[in-house]
Amino acid sequence: MKAAPFEYSRARDVDEACALLAADDGARVIAGGQTLVPMMVMRLARPTRLIDINRIAALSYIRQETYKDGDAVAIGATTRQCLIERDALVSARLPLLALAMPWIGHTATRARGTIGGSLANADPAAELALIAITLDATLSYREGGKTHEVAARDFFVGPMTTTLPSGACLTGVRIPAWRGRVDVGFHEINARRSDFAFVAAAAQVELGDDGKARRLAIGIGAATDFPIRLDSAEKDLAGTALDDPKVREAVRGALADIEPLHDLHASAEYRRRAAVNLAVRAIADARASAQRKKDAH
Amino acid sequence: MRIELDINGEKRTVEADPRTTLLDCLRDNLGLKGAHAGCEHGVCGACTVLCDGVAVRSCLMFAPQAEGSAITTIEGLTPGPGELSVIQDAFCETHGMQCGYCTPAMIVAAHALLANNPQPTRDEIVEAISGNLCRCTGYAQIVEAISLAAERMRGVNRPREQR
Amino acid sequence: MSAAHHRYVSTDRRVREDRRFVVGKGHFVADIDLPNTKHVALVTCPHAAAHIKAIDKCAALAMPGVHYVLDGAELAGATLPLMTGLDTPNVPRRPLAFETARYSGEWVAAVVADTRALAEDAAEALEIDYEPLPYVLDAEKALERDSPLVHQAHGSNVLLDKTFAWGPVEKDFAAAPRKLKLRVKWGRSSTVPIETFGVVAAWDPWREMLDVYASIQMPRFADQIGIALKVPTTSVRVHYDVDVGGSYGVKRGIKHAILAGYLTRRLGFPVRLIEDRLENMRGGDAHGPERLFDVEVAFDDAGIVKSMKMRALENLGAYAGRSPFQLGKPIGAIVGPYKINSVEYRAIAVVTNKTTQDAVRGFGQAPTNLALERCIDEVANTLGLDPLEVRRRNFIRKDEFPYLIPSGTTYDSGDYHVVVDKVTAQNRYEELKKERDRLRSEGKLAGIGIAACLEPSGGNATFEALLNPAITTSTFMDSCRINVDGMGAITATMHTTSSGQGHETLVGTVIGEVLEVDPDTVRVTRPDSLNSLPSGTPVGSRMAIMLGGAAYHAAQKLKDKLTAIAAHDLGIPLAQAVYDRGTVSDRNLPQSKRSWADLVQIAYRNFHRMPAGMEPGLAVEHIYQVPTGGNLPTPDGRVHMYPCFSFEFHLLLVSIDPDLGQPEIVRYRLGHDCGTQINPKIVRGMTMGGIAHGIGAALYEEFAYSDEGQLVAQTFMDYLLPSSHEVPPVEIVDHETPSPHTVLGQKGTGESGYLGAPAAIANAINDAIRPLGISVNTLPIKIAKLGDLIASALEKVVR
Repeated sequence: MKAAPFEYSRARDVDEACALLAADDGARVIAGGQTLVPMMVMRLARPTRLIDINRIAALSYIRQETYKDGDAVAIGATTRQCLIERDALVSARLPLLALAMPWIGHTATRARGTIGGSLANADPAAELALIAITLDATLSYREGGKTHEVAARDFFVGPMTTTLPSGACLTGVRIPAWRGRVDVGFHEINARRSDFAFVAAAAQVELGDDGKARRLAIGIGAATDFPIRLDSAEKDLAGTALDDPKVREAVRGALADIEPLHDLHASAEYRRRAAVNLAVRAIADARASAQRKKDAH
Repeated sequence: MRIELDINGEKRTVEADPRTTLLDCLRDNLGLKGAHAGCEHGVCGACTVLCDGVAVRSCLMFAPQAEGSAITTIEGLTPGPGELSVIQDAFCETHGMQCGYCTPAMIVAAHALLANNPQPTRDEIVEAISGNLCRCTGYAQIVEAISLAAERMRGVNRPREQR
Repeated sequence: MSAAHHRYVSTDRRVREDRRFVVGKGHFVADIDLPNTKHVALVTCPHAAAHIKAIDKCAALAMPGVHYVLDGAELAGATLPLMTGLDTPNVPRRPLAFETARYSGEWVAAVVADTRALAEDAAEALEIDYEPLPYVLDAEKALERDSPLVHQAHGSNVLLDKTFAWGPVEKDFAAAPRKLKLRVKWGRSSTVPIETFGVVAAWDPWREMLDVYASIQMPRFADQIGIALKVPTTSVRVHYDVDVGGSYGVKRGIKHAILAGYLTRRLGFPVRLIEDRLENMRGGDAHGPERLFDVEVAFDDAGIVKSMKMRALENLGAYAGRSPFQLGKPIGAIVGPYKINSVEYRAIAVVTNKTTQDAVRGFGQAPTNLALERCIDEVANTLGLDPLEVRRRNFIRKDEFPYLIPSGTTYDSGDYHVVVDKVTAQNRYEELKKERDRLRSEGKLAGIGIAACLEPSGGNATFEALLNPAITTSTFMDSCRINVDGMGAITATMHTTSSGQGHETLVGTVIGEVLEVDPDTVRVTRPDSLNSLPSGTPVGSRMAIMLGGAAYHAAQKLKDKLTAIAAHDLGIPLAQAVYDRGTVSDRNLPQSKRSWADLVQIAYRNFHRMPAGMEPGLAVEHIYQVPTGGNLPTPDGRVHMYPCFSFEFHLLLVSIDPDLGQPEIVRYRLGHDCGTQINPKIVRGMTMGGIAHGIGAALYEEFAYSDEGQLVAQTFMDYLLPSSHEVPPVEIVDHETPSPHTVLGQKGTGESGYLGAPAAIANAINDAIRPLGISVNTLPIKIAKLGDLIASALEKVVR
């Protein structure tokens, strides 16, 4: 399994990368390569030129930013997943992302894989795509000398398909950090621990002192072509104490009309059922975590 | 193209196509046969080497991408001719292998773990090697090897608990 | 010889092979660099079945670095088809498809180029015109009258259909108050070593020598290469010092070796064929059994199983080598550890348009154990009896050995009740039940799984003669040669490759034991096939018994020779000479002795002091016939098979998340009796590895095919091998019932764990889901399928 021949360039900055992309239809950007290289050696992807962006320092960062009327954590596209996994700011302000990180691949793939690479690849089961959707991330990309932004909700449009234009290079992702007391839950079901998930559920909850949800976000990944938000369930559950039966009912309702994926790993009905169960668990985890913090005071 | 690499502390220059993976470059261009090809698509881990001290899959890097990083292979973790490192010796003590094909990669992964975590729990060891597949051992004696190595590296002499 | 008297055997010794592996200095086939080697990439058929109408090589040949493109027609004209086990001349098997390709992934052409990458580039440029044909994938469909034929000339898809009846089956069934039927399916999986198969072949036309370096585990490898290539076997030199990166049966590589051998002879430079993972999974012909069992047992109210009828239907894939014999080997332990009085066994093997199989660890025993153990559990369930108690009642008792089973094999020794007692000691079984109940009360599904199985060991392949009467092989030998050189240093030779079993350590330990010298001072080497004595190779869990036996007897001959030289030189009768750690002395006058150095001196330089008629030097060899071997089947289909029978008893607890269908093995305890353990570290490693394989076969691994005949699990992303997360800690409890037939009482252990783990896991999951009124008898038991099964059962409960 050897890749088809290609030319190799190293871009010193993102505009150079874009210029190289624009010059050759068959050119592709390579960052961590953890998904691109397997596709290339199996000859499912055959770029004529690889543009290595690993050395563009300006694309690797984790920093706090103000955004609209709140805070956000901005992460550069070529930031290695292992750095995100260990980062104190992420841990403090994006606990849902921190919780999901160990589920992504293996230690050795997180050592090289980048957040931008995962988002651009848009595997239906990718945890980072699920988190981006759940937390209303905004992705930025560079094309023709200009920076553009796109909401995560608008970015993923199909399995392995995004709205990223062909000559563009992702530059970063900005994830809003909620104010107040935030609790999170994340669950996956897969054949082996580090496999692609059949279904994943991510939940972030802001509980008030009265134990009722001020705000919540629920995302389901791996069940459909791209991750989805359970908007109707979020609406139904806002202001409630998030007890299991009500959560189950709301989530089930939200998932009733989706068309889950069907493959050798799991049937569509399995995915639908598992999505409900995992979402309930994720929310229960968030609730329990909130309770523990409350008890600790 | 000309590729300049830093392999086991030595500057090595090779002439190779960019599509040559780091794994193939190590084996075919540099004569370092310790890293092995098991799947060539990044799942089995038999190709594991250290890149700036971090365990990575060398089959998922093209050789030019390794420029600028310090690459360490099993050969670089071996103290000298006929000598074994503490970790290598621990693997011999517990017989943490059979056919030996996944072994260099396991030892590289163990090095990476123990460099950051000198007192790993069983679960932490299992997690650290979970990206390295072994078909011979069922992992038990590998986990024991890493645990024993950790103990020895900490300089603690106490009777090993019943397996 | 009991364990208490061993100096080196059974002690905690390091495995000497490990030293080279931990530093990355193994000698694997891909490590071999011969000058001027060219590389092969395969071109594979994309269809489940197709006529090959035309192959246009022009574009491929024009590409950079390409030397040759070989097609099936050229190869078929120049070589003989591969050897087969059954007598099926109309089902020829060749390295490259000839005229018709019969499975998706079958090798159709081979490109030879300067590098593997260039060969792959050119492989893509080959233009092949296919005419797709009808195909059949399912074994039961392949039996139907109107099924597409995989091999037209054979006239049907059936390669084997043989029924045996041992004992009064119909009488026992008529007399039994109870019967039950079960259908059990062992899914298509295999051992899938991390190293793929590879071969480097180099032809020297002046010496007329074909050098072969291969990642091989296969009897008669050199023979088969010689036969197919039509060269004398004295022109084939297989190098046994290649380290094999795991095999567990499957690395037969004969089509690869013939292909590479032909190319090097044709082209004049060394040729290297290393399968990439896709070539391996789709077309390496290393799939394992895919077997459908219909079993019926006749039993009484106490749970005693009197008789069994078993139909085993094997889906061979498109061609067959030795694979059909995997239906025959289990005959040698067809009743397992139980006193079943009579058995009817029908073995059917069909071809379909799937990848070809090869020998997998256990050679059919693990699937058969699954079927038998599921039946025993269902017998217990039907009667409301405890499954462990039912097994105890049916076990052969220690005082009943040697025990003759209905199909003609005599089990050598065993004490199954004691092993079970050890595993369940201190109330463990009761505690496990309590834990199961606690998990159930917490809302989980939980079940206890039990399996009791035998590991036939010693490798006497008389099942061949049972399934193909033209075969009259009644031996499966092994050998060892020992030479003490002029300086007194000991070198032993073994005559086959190894894939991690620690055979060099085995040989050193046994020789050290007999000669009473430190095993680490015994050098063990592997000559090539032309310098070797016969070896049956590591199959059939035989090497501890056979190589151990050969080494033992060779060492004994050496000891006898040394003793005789000393006695003669001391002027004493032989019976008066005492050998002790290399020195021989006069029993009556201990200070009168000859040291090892003295004896070497005499043997090498002082011929005048040697006993009359004795050869100078200190070289011995032993070629060892398999103990209890030498028989052929009787006309009524009975034959004694393997010499020794190890025993394993699995006891585990599985917890299943009812919402997700995800099973977790929470507790695992195994009792293991393989007689004398020559090296305990090696034995434990083998068993743990076997358990991991078993977990894979039970829960994760499947070569799944689409309806269009495409292998959908063709990479490690879809064919799921257990990682360290999937193998729980296992407590192994050892027991040793020595074999009366072997030199040290040792039995085999190469298949341990794998033989019973799938059955135990299947039984545990069934125990867990039984309260819902459902069962599952198809492996692998995948999470989502189990989840769906549980969900529909729960829906019915609700309604």
